[in-house]
Amino acid sequence: MPVVMDADRIGRTLTRIAHEILERNRAVDDLALVGVRTRGDHLARRLAKSLREITGHEVPTGALDITLYRDDLMRQSVGPQPLVRRTEIPFSIDGKRILLVDDVLYTGRTTRAALDALIDFGRPSAIQLIVLVDRGHRELPIKADYVGKNLPTSSEESVQVYLQESDGRDEVVLQGGAA
Amino acid sequence: MSAPVTTRVDDPPAVTALRSKDLLGIADLTPEEISLILDTAEAMKEVGERPIKKVPALRGKTVVNLFFEPSTRTRTSFEIAEKRLSADTLNIAVASSSVVKGETLADTALNLEAMRPDMIVLRHSSSGACHLLSRICRSAIINAGDGMHEHPTQALLDAFTIRERKKRLAGLKVAIIGDLLHSRVLRSNIHLLTRMGSDVWVCGPPTLIPADIARFGVRATSVIDEAVADADVIMLLRVQLERMEGSFFPSLREYFSVFGMTEARLARARPDAIIMHPGPMNRGVEIASEVADGPYSVILEQVANGVAVRMAVLYLLSGGASDEAAA
Repeated sequence: MPVVMDADRIGRTLTRIAHEILERNRAVDDLALVGVRTRGDHLARRLAKSLREITGHEVPTGALDITLYRDDLMRQSVGPQPLVRRTEIPFSIDGKRILLVDDVLYTGRTTRAALDALIDFGRPSAIQLIVLVDRGHRELPIKADYVGKNLPTSSEESVQVYLQESDGRDEVVLQGGAA
Repeated sequence: MSAPVTTRVDDPPAVTALRSKDLLGIADLTPEEISLILDTAEAMKEVGERPIKKVPALRGKTVVNLFFEPSTRTRTSFEIAEKRLSADTLNIAVASSSVVKGETLADTALNLEAMRPDMIVLRHSSSGACHLLSRICRSAIINAGDGMHEHPTQALLDAFTIRERKKRLAGLKVAIIGDLLHSRVLRSNIHLLTRMGSDVWVCGPPTLIPADIARFGVRATSVIDEAVADADVIMLLRVQLERMEGSFFPSLREYFSVFGMTEARLARARPDAIIMHPGPMNRGVEIASEVADGPYSVILEQVANGVAVRMAVLYLLSGGASDEAAA
């Protein structure tokens, strides 16, 4: 199983993305980070820390659970429902520039669900998408604004992101496929 | 008794689905399934705090609320829960249905079933009515109270409210006081609380204590001070005059003087005790007004939490049963 990003690489990538955010959005006071549960949430909190260290400004940070917005929820005739976790966005997103954070961008369906969920919370002035890994194979017209690493994959492979907060280590691993 | 189950929200749950297609009673649930419902309800509660209190999860699902007994709180609560999940709902009340023309419950259910609803929420005055429907219907059946048997979603919302306030269920002393004999809320609560490791005491007039109740792992007493002493939770049950054939106690005034919850009696409980009541309340019978409206009362929180708990049940059952639960 090839390790495509190690802890050091992930750390430097997030710092680079934090700088790119500041480059694109001069003012920080209308920014807010929203991470897609669960690993996007951890990444959003790390980016908030980087942005604080660089600017001294605290960017409000929330966590979004998209389960209830999934497009496959009522499609399968019989089967257990995926687990729902709590969404925590403790600030108004109206008029804010939302930086939506996820670990892996693949088909784009999670992002579609996240956009629908966010719109139910208010009317942000803009939404930008940040992903640690873009592995291709989009099924919807969705594109990330900030990409940690572009990783060409085959659809038989899977990309696993492990993070300290949930998995005890920082690593991105490419699994499976015709190796 | 089962091991106490801890409840940290971000831990992966022990189970990810319910085993049955129906929710007929707490007696059928494992502690892990109860925790799954309560954890899911926490996520659902947040939906009710949003500016747009609606998610698309049950889009295209049809839920029939079939109520053969009067109910405002439970029916409204289910209907709001269904609407917040985007299900299509319809309400059938007994007075306007063909039941008054002599149709049996089974025929009513089969006729509804022919119109392919996904779930039926049933309240009925006969114990076991939901089990009958469960056998003859393909739809998921949710028990909203059957006779003197069970009222599972009430026990779940009670547990949710206790857990929210006390951060646990295991090890708490819970005193349940009132008309024990006729109460389906009591039966569901006993199953749930003993399963989750609470220390359950029940108290009422000897004529209203079911024989053999100790078999369910609870302590029974007719001395209210004994039940209330050092209790963490005090739950009062309504005196159900409509279900009483014959007289079980001399008068309502005497009932209040012996079993009514007053501030003086409450002083024996733990200082942070909470007061609960499933409603509807008889003020001045099982509960004094100053207790019902006092700072320790969580009666209206129970009502609010009912919507979140019912959303969780509807959501978890909407995928159907899972024998081999895959994640």
